[in-house]
Amino acid sequence: MIQLNINDKVYEVDASADMPLLWAIRDLVGLTGTKFGCGMAQCGACTVHVNGSPVRSCSFPVAAAAGKKITTIEGMNEKIGEAVKKAWIELQVPQCGYCQSGQIMSATALLKSKPHPTDADIDAAMQGNLCRCGTYQRIRSAIHRAAEMI
Amino acid sequence: MEKSNNTQSRRSFLKVSSITGGGMMIGFSWLANLIPNEAIAGPAAAKEWVELTGFIKIFPDNRIVILSPNPEFGQNVMTSLPMLIAEELEVDWTKVTVEQGDYDTPRFKRQFTGGSQAMRTAWKPLRTAGATARFMLLQAAANEWNVPAAELTASNGVVSHKATNKTASYGALATAASKLTAPEKITLKKNGEFSLIGTPQKNVEGSKVVTGKSLFTMDYKQEGMLIAMAIRPTAFGMKLKSFDATEALKMPGIKDVFEIQVYKDGYVKAGFDTRTFNNLVVVVGNTTWEVMNARKKVNIQWEAFAPYKEFAGAGNNKREDTIPAGLESSDEHLKQMYAKQKIQGKILRKDGDPEAAFAKAKKVIEKTYSAPFLPHNTMEPISCFAHITDEKAFFVAPIQIPEMMKQSITMNLDIPAEKIEMKLARMGGGFGRRAYGHYIIEAGLISKKMKAPVKLIYTREDDMTNGVYRPSYMVTYKAAIDEKNNVTAIHVKGGGIPENAIHENRFPAGAFENYLAEGWDIPSNITIGAFRAPRSNFIASAEQSFLDELAEAIGKDPIDYRIELLKKAKANPVGKNNEYDADRYIGVLELVKEKSKWGDPKNKNAKRGVAAYFCHNSYAAHVLELTMKDGLPVVGNIVSALDCGVVVNPEGAKNMAEGAIVDGIGNVLFGGLRFEKGVPMQKNFNQYRMIRMKEAPKKIDIHFVQNNIDPTGLGEPPFPPIFAAFANALYKATGKRHYHQPFINDLNKS
Repeated sequence: MIQLNINDKVYEVDASADMPLLWAIRDLVGLTGTKFGCGMAQCGACTVHVNGSPVRSCSFPVAAAAGKKITTIEGMNEKIGEAVKKAWIELQVPQCGYCQSGQIMSATALLKSKPHPTDADIDAAMQGNLCRCGTYQRIRSAIHRAAEMI
Repeated sequence: MEKSNNTQSRRSFLKVSSITGGGMMIGFSWLANLIPNEAIAGPAAAKEWVELTGFIKIFPDNRIVILSPNPEFGQNVMTSLPMLIAEELEVDWTKVTVEQGDYDTPRFKRQFTGGSQAMRTAWKPLRTAGATARFMLLQAAANEWNVPAAELTASNGVVSHKATNKTASYGALATAASKLTAPEKITLKKNGEFSLIGTPQKNVEGSKVVTGKSLFTMDYKQEGMLIAMAIRPTAFGMKLKSFDATEALKMPGIKDVFEIQVYKDGYVKAGFDTRTFNNLVVVVGNTTWEVMNARKKVNIQWEAFAPYKEFAGAGNNKREDTIPAGLESSDEHLKQMYAKQKIQGKILRKDGDPEAAFAKAKKVIEKTYSAPFLPHNTMEPISCFAHITDEKAFFVAPIQIPEMMKQSITMNLDIPAEKIEMKLARMGGGFGRRAYGHYIIEAGLISKKMKAPVKLIYTREDDMTNGVYRPSYMVTYKAAIDEKNNVTAIHVKGGGIPENAIHENRFPAGAFENYLAEGWDIPSNITIGAFRAPRSNFIASAEQSFLDELAEAIGKDPIDYRIELLKKAKANPVGKNNEYDADRYIGVLELVKEKSKWGDPKNKNAKRGVAAYFCHNSYAAHVLELTMKDGLPVVGNIVSALDCGVVVNPEGAKNMAEGAIVDGIGNVLFGGLRFEKGVPMQKNFNQYRMIRMKEAPKKIDIHFVQNNIDPTGLGEPPFPPIFAAFANALYKATGKRHYHQPFINDLNKS
């Protein structure tokens, strides 16, 4: 049994140590806001925060997350996360929406480390998050908008 | 041109009834808009009720619910469609909610999402249903208050009588209204008289998306559900020979490993059944990770297949196809296509005497363009949930064409149509890929075998290497130029693997006295299908690049030259069947010229390219600017002009057009799946380069031509012309024309 602290709630999961955190969150805990996109840390759809840092959960063994504070999109409720979600709606970012949990998790992490990012900061921080619908320029604007709100 | 007729006859497609527990329901045929009135008039009304494809319900508590048969995959129909109803019904549109209609035969007679048709088909039925409901609610109030209906007004879901100061909510009137006879004819608002349509509105699903609460098929869960994954041949041209699952079955959490055959031998395929790998090895277990691990332990032998026959179509269109054997490679494909370009193709259209014009030409410009196979790469990989029991066959499926799956399910899973229940989940991208529902059959077969609820999951590698790809294409454009620098003939010749992309009746056909279009195709065992703006997405890239080069060769401005040709095609059209409206085409070019300040650009350092195209009933023109940095293009601002008639929700429309633009830039620069000996060489996003944040345009300005033409779609039309706008800007920035997609290959060489 591995103990996981997800969104300030403790879960006991029966997982092999090498199971990616993504599948523990989705299959065992049952939180499905964190998405599966590539399984090799190339698309960012599975981004969660582990002790406040963005992590690609599809390539992060569940054992390494034990005892750490894990935040998923469902628990992204502090000030910066709320501002990001608000900006996402204000600027109407999503289309299909599948990648947006991961985009929001990456954007929140960026704003935590850089409250007023430049376009170049955003491009660098968000380069690992694919959006097949092509909402990139809206994401860029929404991050600037969230920065204003914070 | 879409002509507007704002008087609608009810008989043909509308039915009003009461709701048990109170309220009214207005059922309507989604596709009535596209059916000529003559075809549906007459005594057969009762039969037509069977074909109702959607409804509005007004409940006593004032809730208004629309059932939409159109699945949502990001095109924002869950927002734009209710706006149509609210406009005519006179309610606060935010009180109108859309429910996703599930697969429901025979009521949803024709469910299909694709071809940018949702808004076009919904435009009249939804507004007529809304207007009819309003009319009946007013009548119910008139009856109750004993006043003439003409003295009543409806606004914000409330009926008022000014003289007596009486008011009643729609909810309070709905039950009484449902018992009235619906009017035979109803007059809709004229285009241009709208108060809600045309105003920017936010996506109704927005808060669900940003909190991770949207449920995609991948997220569906049911008690006792097992996870399944399949192992498919490693190469096109191979099939299953044998397998040994001894080791896999010993792995933790694994329930079974077995073979399935997707389509039965001799099965006659319908339009969206594909040539997927037919014999698969399936691993079923408790959790995704356990199945992923066990899958690696199955020992499988594949073997090359011999040519075989497939049966498809129905009635007179029934046909037998021979699927060629062999392990195909992209390099070989290219050679085959060049060889085809050297021999006579099938004549698709001929105007005048192009041979004579080329013989007399002072100068001939000839350019050849090509593009590779493209995987759809939807962000949500393919998945499907199935639970087959004796009582019913229940599916949760991301599918663009639920109705078209009926034949395949009944025949290949031996399930009678009336037992099929299908829940249509929000889709994590479509782009055409989810029109091909072989995965529904796969999931059904697995559930039948396991006698359990099963979710079939494709990994990214499964999704990318077992795709239904955009075909690979080649085309050559040739122009004859006389001594006065006039273009006297155009010759377009091309084909693809396995189909050509030429739309012989589209522009520039109609603008040249002498015109010849020739096509060919090369059979292949690689599976292909529709991809955002099928065929147009390639032919526009070539045609619009060639026109740019041609304009330059004869010393004309590329926008002015296009307009000149279109004016000519309008004044003196050559040939019949010219499938475009020259005025609307000119309209987007003039608008993009004005809005981009074409003659006097703001950013003097950036180089600009223009392109325009018409497909799927709408018109698009783009001006794209870019600069070169470290040998690679950096896209700056893009100005677009679009004509899709009335823009129902400018906010959603802009977002989708922006998406199409980004998609096009990504594909022209990076897109391409290579094959070597039948094996797709890119398997995941580490090898397959998608457009990312850094390459996204700095800014996209979308402008709509303002008119009162009935709306047409926007999911596809802005996509094809962006390829050439990029190519033409890249030429201006580098001095070198690029002909072979993806351009990154050439850019990396230089």
